Amino acid sequence: MSTLEIRNLQVSVNTENGAVEILKGVDLTIKSGETHAIMGPNGSGKSTLAYSIAGHPKYTIVGGSVTLDGADVLDMTVDERARAGLFLAMQYPVEVPGVSVSNFLRTAATALRGEAPKLRTWVAEVKDAMEALNMDPAFASRNVNEGFSGGEKKRHEIMQLELLRPKIAILDETDSGLDVDALRIVSEGVNRAKESNNLGVLLITHYTRILKYIKPDFVHVFANGHIVEEGGPDLADKLEANGYADYVSK
Amino acid sequence: MSLLATNYLTPTGREEAWRFTPLKRLRGLHDGLAIVGDRTSLISSHALPAGVTFTREELPPLASSDDVIIERIRALSSSVSHLCIASDTEVADAIVLSRSAGALNSAEFSRVRISLGAHAVATVIIENTGDTVLAEDLEISLAPGSSLKFITLQEFESQSVYTARHHAVIDKDAEFKSITVTVGGDVVRILPTVEFIAPGGSVELLGVYFATAGQFFEHRMHVDHAVPNAKSRVNFKGALAGRDAHTVWIGDVLIRAVAEGTDTYELNRNLLLSDGARADSVPNLEIETGEIVGAGHASTTGRFDDEQLFYLMSRGIALEDARRLVVRGFFNEIVTEIGMESVQERLMNRIDGELEKAGA
Repeated sequence: MSTLEIRNLQVSVNTENGAVEILKGVDLTIKSGETHAIMGPNGSGKSTLAYSIAGHPKYTIVGGSVTLDGADVLDMTVDERARAGLFLAMQYPVEVPGVSVSNFLRTAATALRGEAPKLRTWVAEVKDAMEALNMDPAFASRNVNEGFSGGEKKRHEIMQLELLRPKIAILDETDSGLDVDALRIVSEGVNRAKESNNLGVLLITHYTRILKYIKPDFVHVFANGHIVEEGGPDLADKLEANGYADYVSK
Repeated sequence: MSLLATNYLTPTGREEAWRFTPLKRLRGLHDGLAIVGDRTSLISSHALPAGVTFTREELPPLASSDDVIIERIRALSSSVSHLCIASDTEVADAIVLSRSAGALNSAEFSRVRISLGAHAVATVIIENTGDTVLAEDLEISLAPGSSLKFITLQEFESQSVYTARHHAVIDKDAEFKSITVTVGGDVVRILPTVEFIAPGGSVELLGVYFATAGQFFEHRMHVDHAVPNAKSRVNFKGALAGRDAHTVWIGDVLIRAVAEGTDTYELNRNLLLSDGARADSVPNLEIETGEIVGAGHASTTGRFDDEQLFYLMSRGIALEDARRLVVRGFFNEIVTEIGMESVQERLMNRIDGELEKAGA
């Protein structure tokens, strides 16, 4: 059982015009097995929250805390956060030229498990993960994210989620750019990871459609750098009907 | 042993061709002060397949040269180490030539010829190791329809000086693919040059180099499109780490007025892995006819991509491992073209080692 606790998190980003505060005190607690949806309009700071938790160097923590089972996440390097059990599925996964998917996955699995996975079982593991996400086996020999379609990039992110078995996963607009079939396949992958690893999920999205496939236990409305309303799954239905207009003006 | 008798115009460093090269570190190769060592270090240590010979012969140069060191080599030696692959011979395994018995207190002036007869197909790899002072005039002659993959590995020890011209003369419909790898030595200066003498030829000049503190590596191509319908591609990738690591890439491509239907593209990418290193990159395209298929060039010099490192680290991979992956990935595109697993792995391990040594 793991708990990610975010307390009064304040984050700024440096721009040409000086530091701009993006997150203005975020409070959120995610436990193993729980799925939290964070919904909000573009520019509200949702992705900043995701990248700040993962430790992207672009963002400066101004105040507050993030802990995973009591350990100070903000004090960890990016790789230490991953090894502590955090995972970020990125909205725009980065191309790494010349590094094959299979080499990348094995290097990551070795880092996270503390030893190189046994080759025979590992090959089978990767093959199963790829099949489950309807991916062509040739995918493993391609370079990481290079020339991938939007859908392939998202499948690749979720394949990592399944293989790397984090405790808490942040999915940053994993639904964007996916057609209905791909959305279903990717969502099933997330649900498998939830079931097999009792994964805690922070699902960041702009739209409600992914919530048909990945059922949230909690819905948080995000606007202007903090959470403005919280509720159960029915809050998503309300947003579907009314949009974000009520919150943006606040 | 004797002092060089010839006295050509000694470069001063102000000439375009020499403006980057640290002449003082050439150990007298350029100004006639080097002591001529009586050695022929290039050997074939494996049995040669049928249709292939490797002998010392008296041969005149294949092509003229305006390089002062090449002129000195020619004045000193009328004999050539000649690897000859007979017409219609297809050699499946790579022919390996390697160097032994170098020395730093005298210089070797080497002439090498590789000839492929009509429709011959071969892969030749030259492995340069050890500590040596070596000036080399290496000429390649490709008869019509022949195809050569030519790999040179500069894996010298840290005090070596190597200056060379690798000049290929391409006859009708011949294919030439070279992979030039420079990862060791104090000063390495290679002139990969190409001359098309009949239409239909195709050339790919690939290269990788990795310079660490104090090393100077220069690769100066010249591709002369003097006939119609020939194709050339140049792709060199370099990494630099450490104080005063210095690399130079010059890509001179000339499309003469008669060279209609030319298709050429050249590319150089450099990765600066630390402060205090310098990469010079000068693409140079001269076009005398508009009737061509294509002509272009690109040159970039950059640092580690923070987004790539973040992505890898966000999967638990430690910073130094992430850097190693990125650098290996950067070189992978060209190193895999060698097509020999054991050589590729050796080079990648060497690159890992250089990276670690540089602490980048």
